[in-house]
Amino acid sequence: MHVPFCSRRCGYCDFVTYTASDPGGEGDRRGYAARVVAELDLAARALERSGAAPREASTVYVGGGTPTVLPPADLARILRAVRERFGLVAGAEVSVEANPDTVDARTLADLARAGFTRVSLGMQSAVGHVLAALDRTHEPGNVPAAVRGARAAGLAVSLDLIYGTPQETEDDWRATLEAALECSPDHVSAYPLVVEPGTRLGALVAAGRAVAPDDDALADRYELTEALLGSAGYRWYEVSNWARTPRDACRHNLGYWRGEDWWGAGPGAHSHVGGVRWWNGRSPRRYAGALEAGRSPAEGREILDPRQRAWERILLGTRLSEGLPLADVPPDRRPAVAGLIADGLVEGPAALAGRIVPTLRGRLLADALARALVP
Amino acid sequence: MASTVHTPSATPPEAIRNFCIIAHIDHGKSTLADRMLQITGVVDARKMRDQYLDRMDIERERGITIKSQAVRMPWEVGGETFTLNMIDTPGHVDFTYEVSRSLAACEGAVLLVDAAQGIEAQTLANLYLAMENDLTVIPVLNKIDLPAAMPEKQAEELAGLIGCDPSECLRVSGKTGEGVSELLDEIVRQFPAPTGDAGAPARAMIFDSVYDTYRGVVTYVRVVDGGLRSRERIVMMSTKATHELLEIGVISPEPAPSQGLGVGEVGYLITGVKDVRQSKVGDTVTSASGPASTPLGGYRDPKPMVFSGLYPIDGSEYPALREALDKLKLNDAALVFEPETSAALGFGFRCGFLGLLHLEIVRERLEREFGLDLISTAPNVVYGVTMEDGTGTVVTNPSEFPAGKIAEVREPVVRATVLAPSDFIGTIMELCQQRRGSLRGMDYLSAERVELRYTLPLAEIVFDFFDQLKSRTRGYASLDYEPDGEQTADLVKVDILLHGDAVDAFSAIVHKDKAYAYGVAMASKLKALIPRQQFEVPIQAAIGSRVIARENIRAIRKDVLAKCYGGDITRKRKLLEKQKEGKKRMKMVGRVEVPQDAFIAALSNDAPPTDKGRR
Repeated sequence: MHVPFCSRRCGYCDFVTYTASDPGGEGDRRGYAARVVAELDLAARALERSGAAPREASTVYVGGGTPTVLPPADLARILRAVRERFGLVAGAEVSVEANPDTVDARTLADLARAGFTRVSLGMQSAVGHVLAALDRTHEPGNVPAAVRGARAAGLAVSLDLIYGTPQETEDDWRATLEAALECSPDHVSAYPLVVEPGTRLGALVAAGRAVAPDDDALADRYELTEALLGSAGYRWYEVSNWARTPRDACRHNLGYWRGEDWWGAGPGAHSHVGGVRWWNGRSPRRYAGALEAGRSPAEGREILDPRQRAWERILLGTRLSEGLPLADVPPDRRPAVAGLIADGLVEGPAALAGRIVPTLRGRLLADALARALVP
Repeated sequence: MASTVHTPSATPPEAIRNFCIIAHIDHGKSTLADRMLQITGVVDARKMRDQYLDRMDIERERGITIKSQAVRMPWEVGGETFTLNMIDTPGHVDFTYEVSRSLAACEGAVLLVDAAQGIEAQTLANLYLAMENDLTVIPVLNKIDLPAAMPEKQAEELAGLIGCDPSECLRVSGKTGEGVSELLDEIVRQFPAPTGDAGAPARAMIFDSVYDTYRGVVTYVRVVDGGLRSRERIVMMSTKATHELLEIGVISPEPAPSQGLGVGEVGYLITGVKDVRQSKVGDTVTSASGPASTPLGGYRDPKPMVFSGLYPIDGSEYPALREALDKLKLNDAALVFEPETSAALGFGFRCGFLGLLHLEIVRERLEREFGLDLISTAPNVVYGVTMEDGTGTVVTNPSEFPAGKIAEVREPVVRATVLAPSDFIGTIMELCQQRRGSLRGMDYLSAERVELRYTLPLAEIVFDFFDQLKSRTRGYASLDYEPDGEQTADLVKVDILLHGDAVDAFSAIVHKDKAYAYGVAMASKLKALIPRQQFEVPIQAAIGSRVIARENIRAIRKDVLAKCYGGDITRKRKLLEKQKEGKKRMKMVGRVEVPQDAFIAALSNDAPPTDKGRR
């Protein structure tokens, strides 16, 4: 589920999200839950009509934007709709993203009661000047408090981190990792900052007033991340994601990477069912309008042919610790595997056992690795 | 306009005037020619197309004439009819030989000078040529309609040059037509009529030949002695080849067949041959039945001065390139080429050109008319190398420069003339000195304009000399040059190695004093252009085994998209597809992937690019 609302836009963010100052912001926000429910109704009907066997949802993920700018009751209503229209398997993973500023113990308890099992907190950094550079509003102290609140409510906790912010030193990053580890999260995601055109940060960099992070420095940070998280017992399972135990991996995201089916609801949300990808229009206005008229809010789609599916399997599989089955590598690309092992991009033993698993170096060069293997 | 006209082959020589117009580029030669065609009635004003005599698009774009044409115009002076043959000459320094043969077909030359721009280097060069051929010269100031025109001042300068009175400089405007009739009158009055022996064996000089897809080669001739008749058998004296004269006639302004051509007349021949190399500019045509014993003088085989390797970016286009060159060759007697292989660039051709303009024109035609994507190596000249053991080699491709003990290297030199405002003397001299030039002389044409004469190695001219000259003089300087033999020089070959492998396309022959600078520049250019590989890539410039400059490209460490969630997958896949496509345009040099653009940029004449990446 994509909740495209935030109280303000962070300087580096190019996600589909709208603030109160965007046209219709407030009104869009209030009607949001109802519309998503309407879309879920539509989805259920569409799946029925397609003749596919009905399936229960095994994971739900509410992301954004900042889902927690909506009242818990709205989020609860959406979850209820999922249960009623599709059903939820026993022990389903139900995640929600939260900003440590807008979430408190009470909200977290409400969310747990509604059925959420997991919360992902946008911590980003533990260092004041880095947070300022990222244009984040929260105080670093809010994070441990939010984690405590989540634990008290019985929720699993994941922390989202960003490295490579202009002016962040290696020590700053180390401090952030250590602060994150202090909180004992079940799961950590760490991403390098990417300067996107059209963002405030993008404009600063273009004007020469900020310096974009250097790729070699980012490589150093990544290696540090692996070292610190690894020695604290966290194991990487995807290029940017670490889990304390295998059960703590985010099953919803693994669904993306394993090419499973999912339905994305909300403005800007993407879906993947039965070999077709489609995406909703980004404008909340048009989203509302379509649903009111009983139409699908989808704005574009692609039907994947076997070659595209093969490409996707390879580019996604080579990002995972479970790796890519050798059978998914086209025969004419298999000779390249030996070179990849020799160059230190792929684990030798795993390859011999029939799976392409990237090494640490290979994770940093995952795109090059994928290019070497696609037909 | 004349009321009567002469018939070709029956025109009394006394009534003929053969002339050409010599002028610097865009001083208005073509416009003046148009106006003459119009005034003499040869071309109907309504049907007139600007620049009628130019045929090719490129010529039109650049405002230059590449191929000569010859047009016959009637003109009446004092009640008498005359036949004027206007021979249009190529204006550029690369084509001096063609210009000289066109001049040899004339008795007079109209020296045309833009009244606003004044005399330029090419004007002078062509004037010297005209005088060497004993032509009578009429000085004419053009574009007097322009507000910037300074006829009095230019007339002074012009008169000083020719040695006449400023009042004898005619003033015209090719655009408005002002003064053109008077010019035609003066052409009749001042230019001598052609002389020749009507009873002697036929001798006609070829001053141009053009390949036409429908009619084959059209050969332009000036009859000196005797005459040529339609359907007779003729002989090309340089090769002794005989042909049948399928058609003979004059151009007025379209080809008009006639019974023949007589003494002093100018016209065209069609023999059915398809290759311009069989109708050589400067050659003498005579009759098979009564051949002449001595040819007319002045014939010379065109000699390429500048070479460049032309390679198709996509190797599969090689046959198309060969075909295209074969086609161009039909209409370009000076173009030479032969197959060549480069370890870096694959299969291509080493092509010889008369000069840089010729090279550019051929390149553009290959790319535009034949739709080919090409890489061309930096232009180079021909070197003569003598080894210590006495063996000699001629080097047309820098990568063939011999290794081992070299006794002597010889390079071609040119005699260059630069005309510029005297303010720029210092910077011009600095440039020429940098380019290993030696000053031969300097003269003031007027208080503000100066002529500098230098001997320069041709190799220094082909590498952006002209651009530098223009930018140092804010565009005011003009340049002309011609071959002037050879000199020995301290030249060495600089090789460029990527990850230990020499890239032949980047080798250059430079003066030993400049070798270091060249090595440093190339190494730094390549460092900026070649993407990081999965291993470290040392770039080295070397003379023999001695490394003179080096740079290092560190291995890439990060090449991954951090986030790849549901909404990112489509975009990610498309990006990957694009990247994979991009890889196809990479050339492998050993293990190093070099983008085509890197080759193009590294071989271009630009200064080393910044990391922002220039073209």
